[in-house]
Amino acid sequence: MNALLTEVFLSTLIFGAVTAGIPLLLAGLGEQISEKAGILNIGIEGMMLAGSYAGFVVAYAWDSFAFGFVAGGLAGMAVASLMALFCVRLSLNQIVVGIALTLSAEGLTALLHFFQFSRTYPRLPKAPVLAIPGLDNIAVIGPGLFRHNAIVYLAVLLVAVVAWLFRKTYIGLNLEAAGNKPAALDAAGIDVLATRTGAVLTTGVLAGLGGAYMAEVGAGLFVPYMTNGAGFIAIVLAMLARGRPLWVLLGALLFGVSLSLTTALQVAGVDIPTDVVQMLPFAMVILVLVIFGRNSMLPPALGLPYIRGER
Amino acid sequence: MRAVARVVVPILLALGVSGLVLLALGKNPLAYYSDVLSRGLLTWGGLQATITRMAPLLLIAAGLVVSFQAGIWNLGTDGQFLLAGVITAALTPVLVGIVPWSIAIILSLIVAFAVGAAWSLIPAFLKASYGINEIITSLMMSFLGTSLANVLVKISFRDPSTDVPQTQVLPVADRLPRLFGTTVHSGILIAIAAVVLVHVVMTRTAFGLKLRMVGANPRAAAHAGLNVAKLTFATFALSAGLAGLAGAVEILGVQGTVRADWNPAYGLLVVPLVFLARFHALGVIGFTVFFAVLMIGGESASRRLGVPQHFVLLLVGMLLLFLALVDYLDHRRRLMRASL
Repeated sequence: MNALLTEVFLSTLIFGAVTAGIPLLLAGLGEQISEKAGILNIGIEGMMLAGSYAGFVVAYAWDSFAFGFVAGGLAGMAVASLMALFCVRLSLNQIVVGIALTLSAEGLTALLHFFQFSRTYPRLPKAPVLAIPGLDNIAVIGPGLFRHNAIVYLAVLLVAVVAWLFRKTYIGLNLEAAGNKPAALDAAGIDVLATRTGAVLTTGVLAGLGGAYMAEVGAGLFVPYMTNGAGFIAIVLAMLARGRPLWVLLGALLFGVSLSLTTALQVAGVDIPTDVVQMLPFAMVILVLVIFGRNSMLPPALGLPYIRGER
Repeated sequence: MRAVARVVVPILLALGVSGLVLLALGKNPLAYYSDVLSRGLLTWGGLQATITRMAPLLLIAAGLVVSFQAGIWNLGTDGQFLLAGVITAALTPVLVGIVPWSIAIILSLIVAFAVGAAWSLIPAFLKASYGINEIITSLMMSFLGTSLANVLVKISFRDPSTDVPQTQVLPVADRLPRLFGTTVHSGILIAIAAVVLVHVVMTRTAFGLKLRMVGANPRAAAHAGLNVAKLTFATFALSAGLAGLAGAVEILGVQGTVRADWNPAYGLLVVPLVFLARFHALGVIGFTVFFAVLMIGGESASRRLGVPQHFVLLLVGMLLLFLALVDYLDHRRRLMRASL
């Protein structure tokens, strides 16, 4: 057991938890915004995957991580705009469209990857690291928490921004109304469809960014189906966080730990089959749901299209 | 006429848009589609492979018909399929040594059904007790089940006599018998029987009516005195059990063993198929032919034309999208006409 508590194991674990948790955090925050506005965004897995692919391709072609992140966000938004068109404007079934978008994104990105990279399998160079001076040298937690790509700090900052948005601004109030009682929002003279469209597009950008981070920083390359359910975990995070962004952060880190355990254990020289470790995050989701599921809460109008005048 | 258009138009649109993607990638979509058709349907070998492939697809689809009609989104069929498959692959070779062949097969099928159903207990519980969305929970269980199946193959049920991590191979003589000298195994009969049974249960029995009531309006069903929680469990058990049966049939009929990391991932592909059939059990059969041709033909085309199987995923996603869109347009046109 002592081998597990060495400094290198712990800092690998913490570093890995942050790296694996950031995509979940970004997508979870995005999903939370959608859910607040009444859209159950099952397509988020597809949005992340589109972000991964676009982020990788652009970062590779232009040799710029920043461009990659921009492209990832835009790609996520492009998929989200289809979701907004079909589910918000045309009031189609959100679940059907979500599955359709995820399947299409999986197929399309894998297909494009096959034709471009299946012979070369290029890798990106190591992503630039922004060490926070003074903090990055603290024993154990310093290297794990404060030597990351700049987008990590931005993502954590975003938690505060979203919390502020939800609690203190009209935007937050409008989102909440769009998910709880869209008719009331409509009666107050606010465009329900515009509010929901904005929410879905924001989700797309965040999910795309999360996906891009996965490919550019986490893996350094694109592999077909690489998000491997991260989008769905993000949905669970948003569901359990009950509208509170800080809880998404905590949840994302918790799942990040279970995702990074494989690497950390390998570093510590403990040999556990990868398949066993791969089960951890999903087993944890189920466990958390069984224990805390009673407390999960979703807006009443979630998943229902808003059609003016319809009862 | 309208009903036909509502099915044919989305299919044509999906084929068209996906074809444009192929064109953009420098492949000839017409060559691809005709290759899929000829290899999947018009050659004798392809036709037999297509009918063989239909067996697991039909069983999964039959399960989804039950759950979708009852308003439950069991999207975890991949995990249920795979786990039941692995358990079957481990159990049957042992069973045939102990009891007569026919009893061994029947026992294996029952166990596979039970394994699939058991894997849906947690999503059913979370849905029935806390109202937690079953899409997410069943998907999570599916990811979990896929990994667990791998663990079982590599650690618990690994055949020590081979270097490849796989379960003990069921001898060809002990597999499901083939039909009339073809390569098609009798699992297809089980599958068709299951589809017909599901159709009868859902449309002709009180139990089926109860499930459909819950699907149409769970609150009204609870008001009418139905035990919605119990029906939720029953729906999940039937739907997941049929997915488990699909896994068993695929193992007993085709594979004979489970190799590590084997996951055909039929589950999400069958969802659009059931939508195309509008949740109608018998309607599922026709669309399963279409999907099986796509898969078998696509596998051949991926070798011959260098278009990977991922393309079928794109095609199916597009199909689902256009299906929803065409339904919407049709619905709106009807509303417009009604308001005139």
